[in-house]
Amino acid sequence: MMKKNDKILLGHGSGGRLSHELIRDLFVKHFSNPTLIKQSDAALLQLGSTHVAMTTDAFVVDPLFFPGGNIGNLAIAGTVNDLSVSGAIPRYLSASFIIEEGLPFEALEQVVITMAEEARKASVEIVTGDTKVVDRGKCDKLFINTTGIGEIRAGAGNIASGDLIKAGDKILVNGFIGDHGMAVMSARNQLHIKAPVESDCACLNGLIDHVFNATGEVHFMRDATRGGVGTVMAEIVASRPWGIQLFEAEIPIRQAVRGICELLGFDPLYVANEGKVVMVVDGAFADKVLQQLKSHPLGQDAAIIGEVVERHPGKTWLQTSIGGNRIVDMPAGEQLPRIC
Amino acid sequence: MCLSIPAKIEQIEGDMALCTVGGAEYHASIQMLDYEELNVGDYVLLHTGFAIQKISKEEADETLKIFNEFEKLNVSLDEEEIQTGKRIV
Amino acid sequence: MYLSTKRKYRLENASYKVEIMKYIDEYRDKDKVLSLAALIRKTSVKPIRLMEVCGGHTMSIQRFGIPSLLPETIELVSGPGCPVCVTSRSFIDQAIAYSKLENVIITTYGDLIRVPGSTSTLDKEKAAGADIRMVYSILDALNIAKANKHKKVIFLGIGFETTSPASAAGIIKAQMAGLFNFSVFSAHKIMPPPMAALIDEGVNINGYIGPGHVSTITGSHIYDFIPQKYGLGVVISGFEPLDLLQSVYMLVKQHETNSPKVEIQYSRVVKPEGNAKAQDMLDEVFYLRKDWWRGLGELEASGMGIRDKYAEFDAEKQFDVEVEPTREDKGCICGDILKGLKKPSDCKLFGKACTPAEPVGACMVSNEGACHAYYRYNKDSQ
Repeated sequence: MMKKNDKILLGHGSGGRLSHELIRDLFVKHFSNPTLIKQSDAALLQLGSTHVAMTTDAFVVDPLFFPGGNIGNLAIAGTVNDLSVSGAIPRYLSASFIIEEGLPFEALEQVVITMAEEARKASVEIVTGDTKVVDRGKCDKLFINTTGIGEIRAGAGNIASGDLIKAGDKILVNGFIGDHGMAVMSARNQLHIKAPVESDCACLNGLIDHVFNATGEVHFMRDATRGGVGTVMAEIVASRPWGIQLFEAEIPIRQAVRGICELLGFDPLYVANEGKVVMVVDGAFADKVLQQLKSHPLGQDAAIIGEVVERHPGKTWLQTSIGGNRIVDMPAGEQLPRIC
Repeated sequence: MCLSIPAKIEQIEGDMALCTVGGAEYHASIQMLDYEELNVGDYVLLHTGFAIQKISKEEADETLKIFNEFEKLNVSLDEEEIQTGKRIV
Repeated sequence: MYLSTKRKYRLENASYKVEIMKYIDEYRDKDKVLSLAALIRKTSVKPIRLMEVCGGHTMSIQRFGIPSLLPETIELVSGPGCPVCVTSRSFIDQAIAYSKLENVIITTYGDLIRVPGSTSTLDKEKAAGADIRMVYSILDALNIAKANKHKKVIFLGIGFETTSPASAAGIIKAQMAGLFNFSVFSAHKIMPPPMAALIDEGVNINGYIGPGHVSTITGSHIYDFIPQKYGLGVVISGFEPLDLLQSVYMLVKQHETNSPKVEIQYSRVVKPEGNAKAQDMLDEVFYLRKDWWRGLGELEASGMGIRDKYAEFDAEKQFDVEVEPTREDKGCICGDILKGLKKPSDCKLFGKACTPAEPVGACMVSNEGACHAYYRYNKDSQ
């Protein structure tokens, strides 16, 4: 619980335990309404007889340009993905820019061109926006906020809640984890580590369409952004009558990402992604969904990484690569490189 | 106390070496080792930016061989147990 | 077995190649692990309590789920092996006091950022505007000093014999480069004194899993007194699952045959004589002094102070600060937990007032502190 004299820490923005506490104890507490209390990635609303999903996200990445993309890619993909995993078809975005005085025009132009391309690829339109410029030093080069609206697919409204998940379901991810977090860390170069890793940033609505068009029985989806796949698993299992069992040997991870993680003492399960969706599907359909994912460019390295089980309700366990077992909990804050 | 990781030396320049860990690159200091005994292709243990020891290939191979022996020992202990009906340490 | 066949299938037929990370993956071979675990089960008859004194070992043991592979006769206990956990509150308080000085940049390893001082943490001070920067290496701190000649850069030196040579190297480099705006605030400590102190205090263990990377620097002879004086064995262990299991096996065998001794399991990097060059660097820059250990109190000749000839690089000599009086939290039993006398679940604050998000004691802050590891990995913790 935060007290009046406390200050906001970086950990409050990193997607782990501290973030959740801030959201729960401050924002939800004061803004309280039935939709907000659900704390889904996207709010599911009804306007007249139309069912609409709405989501918003701010992008403050440093550096602006990193291997595999720039802040523009994130600004579109982040919001498109939040809508898609909530069972909606993304349609319209708004984009507001907070620009630091002195930012080179070329950089801004590149970001905007990137956003236009991503929006075209994802078949969404940026229909409104805003621009503010602040004094040098008052914001870190460029902050972007995008808000998105989409139409909820028939019957898919409950997907983000996790209420459809039951024991026997299987858990899938569409490819290598940890790429984005490690690409950005490597590009920051504070730690002088270089790695041939590119961000996996991508709009997933095409991939999700592909799966929905071929199979049903998707019980849950969430994109694994800050806090990684581990945080998604810890979040969704909390207070449920079922548990989750993950298999470390099945989780796809690139060699170079493993390398940096080992070097710095990071757990890849908690590293950020920007093009990964975790899907929970009916056990009987898991192989079919897997084939569907693999037949799409963004799902070629998809894998079944775990299952929903009756034992240890409310907890996620990981069977380690050597056959041991351990719990997967929410991280307290950002992962920091350690010496021990 | 301890987060140290085996890294391969790709290049040596004075008291620094370019090392790789599964594709990630890092420039580490080799101040704590004897430069004459280090070659490109050697593996060293990296800790907080320094190579603290060279990894001995021979000892590493020995250790791995011992693990193979354990598997055989396991099997033979099982057989003994079946034959004699008691556990032998 | 379900998983090993699946894994082989993935390796052979995957669209990407899973390369082995050399000197790591070979020691994570699942079949060998299960085989060794079976061997341990057959060998272990007498109950045995083994203590590891290395944060890296605590992490590995928890991360790979090693306890779940061992028989009930074997209990693994975590000792004061986490340099963060044994660092006194007053060190943090003093570091915070330094951070409030004009034109000072504090550089620190990530491990210290969230450790509680008496009233604040480095994290919180950073949020309040202090220039506190996290570095991976003291070499990064030296670069910051070079790039900021008009500022004073203080490096917080924590760690045991694995890490203190890096500080020694850093100080030597600073002197050679004439980087007089750089200094180190040393909380460096050495391992053998707490290992003895624990047994002197009556902690009940049957052997030590010896710290693998400390021993890479020091060699194995520093532990000779343990079997000689106390009749306990020490097996110096690597960090991969097979290393740890082999070390447990070796200690179990010693215990079963009543033959305590010092053995090196981690022979691919630990030599009996250690790393002589690193030892020389340590001797050149540091001297041994008494030091205060959380949980153990004051131990003679257990801490490393910077020698007079390098006084210009010793933050304690260069800066005069007023440090707030140290306040320990009532109810925090980190000391007893560090000694393996109590379990995290015995602490009244555990899981309630003291959690990884809001830690009270050091055992909860550090990722490999006993309480933190227990909280994250143990199903009974919540």
